[in-house]
Amino acid sequence: MSAASQVSPAATPGVAEHRQGGMLAGRGAAMAAAVIFLLLALLPLAATALNDPFLMVTATRIMIFALAALSLDLVLGYGAMVSFGHAAFIGIGAYAVAILSANGVGDILVQAIAAVAASALFALVTGAISLRTRGVYFIMITLAFGQMAYFFMVSLSAYGGDDGITLPARSTLFGAPLLDDDMALFYAVLAVLILAFAGLRAVVASRFGRVLRGTRDNAQRMQAIGFSPFRYQLTAYVMAGAIAGIAGVFLANQAEFVSPAYMTWQRSGELIVMVVLGGMGTLVGAIAGAIAFLLVEDWLAIFSEHWKLGLGILLVLLVLFTRGGIVGGVERLTGRSQP
Amino acid sequence: MSDAPILSVAGLRKAYGALTVTDDVSFDVRPGELHAIIGPNGAGKTTLIHQLSGSLRSDAGRVSFAGEDITRLDMVERVRRGVARSFQITSVLEGFSVLENAALAVQARSGSSFRFFAPAAREAQLNALAMDALARVQLDDRAQRRAGSLSHGEKRKLEIAIALASGARLLLLDEPLAGAGKEETAVLVELMQDLKQTHTIVLIEHDMEAVFALADQVSVLVYGRMIATGTAASVRSDPDVRAAYLGEEEAA
Ligand SMILES: Nc1ncnc2c1ncn2[C@@H]1O[C@H](COP(=O)(O)OP(=O)(O)OP(=O)(O)O)[C@@H](O)[C@H]1O
Ligand SMILES: [Mg+2]
Repeated sequence: MSAASQVSPAATPGVAEHRQGGMLAGRGAAMAAAVIFLLLALLPLAATALNDPFLMVTATRIMIFALAALSLDLVLGYGAMVSFGHAAFIGIGAYAVAILSANGVGDILVQAIAAVAASALFALVTGAISLRTRGVYFIMITLAFGQMAYFFMVSLSAYGGDDGITLPARSTLFGAPLLDDDMALFYAVLAVLILAFAGLRAVVASRFGRVLRGTRDNAQRMQAIGFSPFRYQLTAYVMAGAIAGIAGVFLANQAEFVSPAYMTWQRSGELIVMVVLGGMGTLVGAIAGAIAFLLVEDWLAIFSEHWKLGLGILLVLLVLFTRGGIVGGVERLTGRSQP
Repeated sequence: MSDAPILSVAGLRKAYGALTVTDDVSFDVRPGELHAIIGPNGAGKTTLIHQLSGSLRSDAGRVSFAGEDITRLDMVERVRRGVARSFQITSVLEGFSVLENAALAVQARSGSSFRFFAPAAREAQLNALAMDALARVQLDDRAQRRAGSLSHGEKRKLEIAIALASGARLLLLDEPLAGAGKEETAVLVELMQDLKQTHTIVLIEHDMEAVFALADQVSVLVYGRMIATGTAASVRSDPDVRAAYLGEEEAA
């Protein structure tokens, strides 16, 4: 019977099995996110008090990856699509900034529109093809598309090729160099992160989001009541690609440098780790996961050049001992998890 | 019972390699009729449901519904036209509430699902129609429970409620009594008695008592071939059927 009924493409077994509807997926998640956002909003004060401007730079970078991880959670956590090429969208967004700046277009709105258009288009084309497959094939094909984007940028010698390209300056807004100030950039990223979180929370609870979640739960059942998963999954894939493109715009500005290294498959893997670490399908988990992952990475790098090994061991332990990631762990600690 | 058939199946075939699972199957179902299909394990009953619901392409033959040839339509398009199925192996959205299981089926036929901001769970119209479907199967008191936490019998009822909520006129039920206990069976049979008042039903079932209590027409499928069709009484006394199928049952 299973072979006879069509099961949706890209519904990967395992991803669908995680618990949902726990406390932190609902109102508790909003609370947890509010706390995180509040702490972040106060961080520049701490940075000033401690006279540690680097704190803000680190936090900005973390929030940029949190934004990308958040978008991946829509695909991975809510759509059950294990996309292994998500870093490509960050890279495309970053290169939109680099290429436009190099050609004298420094306005962030123009750059952001170009970044969103380019990453969404790339998501539309690669997603439409990738969603014809499922399971491990979906992972492989998204990986392949990510590598294609990577090698395309490597070959783009006019814009630095392998070495990357330094931006002439940070982006401007209507001609004003507003983002030159690290604190301004910090708050701009925080604002977009909050906006993306709030927007995605609405999306996953909407009609559209309910179809996406239903397909994750049981694609066969969704087809039997009249939903073709493909259109919904593709739409989610494109939305996520566009948001990751925005993350790329900020990453380019934060580093004032863009290189193909932003879009390697290792980067895509790290984004998956952030989402899984934080707890898939919770949104707030993606943010917490990004923060935890990047902090631990920085921290381990202090001790040893072999920090990646340490990170790997930590991850294995986490996966073994905390089902549901950070969000799952918090739920268990607070006893608020529902059956 | 002189109406034109609402479902008309002609010359339907399906083979898996050398194994012909549906072999030139033809039958008609009139509006309001409950047409039971019985047959031993592996006869091809579920495969036939797959073909009627559109989840499996047929190799040959024609399926018409309400006067329209739907042979080339896929499952999603057939649901839109009013053909809904249930599954032999329970298939509900385990992680969703009972209400949302039904509400999603209503949502599927109530405007676009490309709406991204308003919370779907609070759409009163969807929930009201979903509750109607749940009330019909006496699951309204379970509406807020997680579907995965329901008992087996309740899940079987939920499957039927989902099919009702999808707005179907024709229900294709694949062994709704499978795995149900004695009491659950009695409740489900009564439920189907009630559904007969409003819906046309194709029922696959092993439980002969239920079949003979419910069915207006009975067809017997053996090795993919329909060896007999008729009223319950006529099928029961058909010597071929007795030899091929009922004899087994009695011996068992
Ligand atoms: N995808 C498939 N590939 C090959 N053979 C299949 C496939 N699906 C079903 N079959 C075979 O087709 C035959 C009919 O299967 P089907 O599930 O339709 O029977 P059934 O009448 O529903 O049986 P049951 O009473 O056990 O539910 C069986 O022999 C089965 O092994
Ligand atoms: Mg069967």
